Amino acid sequence: MEILVFLVPLALALGFVGLLGFLWSLKSGQYDDLDGAAWRAIADDEPANGQGRSK
Amino acid sequence: MQAAIDFSHYLKSAGTGLVHLDLAVEGINCAGCMAKIERNLSTIPDVTSARVNLTDSRLALEWKAGALDPALFVSRLAELGYKAYPFERNDAETLEAQRAQGLLRRLGVAAFAAMNVMMLSVPVWSGNVSDMLPEQRDFFHWLSALIVLPAAAYSAQPFFSSALSALRARGVNMDVPISIGIVLALATSVIETVNHAEHAYFDAAIMLIAFLLAGRYLDQNMRRRTRAFAGNLAALKAETATKFINPTEIRTVPAAAIRPGDVVLLRPGERCAVDGNVIEGRSDVDQSLITGETLPAMATPGSAIFAGTLIRSGTLRVRVSAASGGTLLDEISQLLDRALQARSRYLRLAERASRLYAPVVHATALITMLGWLAYGASFHDSIVTAIAVLIITCPCALGLAIPAVQTVASGALFGSGVLLNAGDAIERIAEIDRVIFDKTGTLTLPELDVANLADIPDDVVKLAGRLALSSRHPVAAAVARKAGAAAPLPDIQEEPGQGVHGFYEGRPIRLGRPSFCGADDLANELLCRDPEASVVAFRSGECRYAFAVRQRLRPDAAEVVAGLARMGIAVEIVSGDREPAVRLAAEVLGVREWRAEVSPVDKIDRIDELVRQGCKVLMVGDGLNDAPALAAAHASMSPVTATHLSQTVADAVFLGERLVPVLTAVKVSRKALRLMRQNLWLAVIYNLLAVPIAIAGLVTPLIAAAAMSGSSVIVMLNALRARAREMV
Repeated sequence: MEILVFLVPLALALGFVGLLGFLWSLKSGQYDDLDGAAWRAIADDEPANGQGRSK
Repeated sequence: MQAAIDFSHYLKSAGTGLVHLDLAVEGINCAGCMAKIERNLSTIPDVTSARVNLTDSRLALEWKAGALDPALFVSRLAELGYKAYPFERNDAETLEAQRAQGLLRRLGVAAFAAMNVMMLSVPVWSGNVSDMLPEQRDFFHWLSALIVLPAAAYSAQPFFSSALSALRARGVNMDVPISIGIVLALATSVIETVNHAEHAYFDAAIMLIAFLLAGRYLDQNMRRRTRAFAGNLAALKAETATKFINPTEIRTVPAAAIRPGDVVLLRPGERCAVDGNVIEGRSDVDQSLITGETLPAMATPGSAIFAGTLIRSGTLRVRVSAASGGTLLDEISQLLDRALQARSRYLRLAERASRLYAPVVHATALITMLGWLAYGASFHDSIVTAIAVLIITCPCALGLAIPAVQTVASGALFGSGVLLNAGDAIERIAEIDRVIFDKTGTLTLPELDVANLADIPDDVVKLAGRLALSSRHPVAAAVARKAGAAAPLPDIQEEPGQGVHGFYEGRPIRLGRPSFCGADDLANELLCRDPEASVVAFRSGECRYAFAVRQRLRPDAAEVVAGLARMGIAVEIVSGDREPAVRLAAEVLGVREWRAEVSPVDKIDRIDELVRQGCKVLMVGDGLNDAPALAAAHASMSPVTATHLSQTVADAVFLGERLVPVLTAVKVSRKALRLMRQNLWLAVIYNLLAVPIAIAGLVTPLIAAAAMSGSSVIVMLNALRARAREMV
């Protein structure tokens, strides 16, 4: 059971890191445009077909 | 033709030589638009950032200060096919956005704490039935306390503060039992942990907070989205004013930048964006948006002009006043105050439920404790059992039952073009049994329409439309719009107050007053048939034509009236317009009850009379003269073209040319109210099942956690049914 000495602080620290990550993402405005973010993930990277757009 | 907009009011410094501009963009509705706009604008040199917000249809731009003219972006977007207008977040929207973000942060804290505590709770639950040492259990309980206590203290603040303010006002709301439940659960858990007991409820308490915050966040986010959309609409209306920067020089500035005391110029065809008094000039003005009266009035030096007035014939100079001295506006704001006070007495379903719920629950807990004491249990055990009752009845499901439905239903309404202003609008709209429509601008379209288009050959209509483009007169503008004209003719002269004339393929053509075109006989013929119409004549060589321009009913008005009648809702028209016009509209729509030439006071009196008869009235209107009635009615809706005041007072605003959103709103609201009631019953049934277990003293933390999340999930799922297609 001595393993708890490592595992418990480790678990708490990981949880805390996760929380900090969430707060950071919130602060940097990542939840401001959820609809747009959903599409950005699958959008083409920059100018793959820069002029190839029709209309 | 479009006047350049002065951007200086909207530009913000973004630090280190960068300038920031927010634009509301019309027509962004897919990911393709987003990519197209961002790619195109990023290629402009000196632009450091161009980012579209798809949720709010907005574009944030940053560029090196002084390097670019902001008008460039607007024209570039126009080339891409989007209309863009600079906009400024108003205070209400900023506040809603801050609240939404605050709730999300608290939700994040509570959710992370809940996850980590679960990791500690599961070993305790399984350890309790196997071979866990009491020391280990205590250690895990203490760890849970270490995580939960600070997390709860932070994330449950919205409930505590709302409960406190309710108690201070000597009332009870849903947050009172919630707060009591949370505090008791945490306090018992700490005491039990100190006493090395088997059960602690840290996990249940933090999970409860997380679920409730999720409900609150959904609610708040919907409100934020509505505000953002309303902000865009205000920007898209592009209310500008032509201001005198000195006695001879004028400049077009956004209406937001106009201050009381400024002098503005109003030209024929313009809609006034400010309140003020005429200091120079004479003109026919159309105040139908304000009074409902469709006949033009005359404005002379000294008369009051209200925002929304359409200038028809002459040019006016107007001094802007903060609170316009006009008797109409004064009277209306007084009526409005009184009506709004009456409305604030409405008790929401959630409040009514919590008034019943809290005493029952607290009494049950007390009886449980006394019962166990009488039965001979120890004082400690009795207290713990009573607290278990409070924890298990803590209205998690009840707290979610209504906001969850409200969120889903307002999302559905949003999709069909109805924006809700008030949180309890759905409940009130669902209860109505009578609809009062205003006529002008509500049952009819806000823009004029050509009634006899079918009688005139197509090529003539096209040519007249192109000629009409050169005139600013609203009646001519209606001809141009209906003809779908886009290319103005060259070398056209305008005779002020008469019409426009020029040459087309060598023939002289003219458009304007019937006398200007020598078509008085044609005009009289039209007026005999339709006394409400304005006539504009067109002459090409020797051929003469007359267009009857008039207000047209919304295309689906009759259907909507019939639909409301089918639902058992009585419909009546109460208008400030003259009798023949109202009578005609009522006949066409098949509405039997109508009143014409009604003043704002009489509109309220009519509503009061109906209230005394026990009716719940939905008022639908757009004019300034409707605003008090909108506030006095049980529920109210306005078209998006309504005056500013009416839109703020109305519970809901609907978009588009059609009237069907009114019908949809009633249908969706009724369905939503049914679901809310169902949800409340689900919560009650859950309590009926769970409370006996708690009273018997059999509630373990595992049961508490499972019951709490189970009931919340059921209520949430039931709320999602408000989305079902059949309702539209």
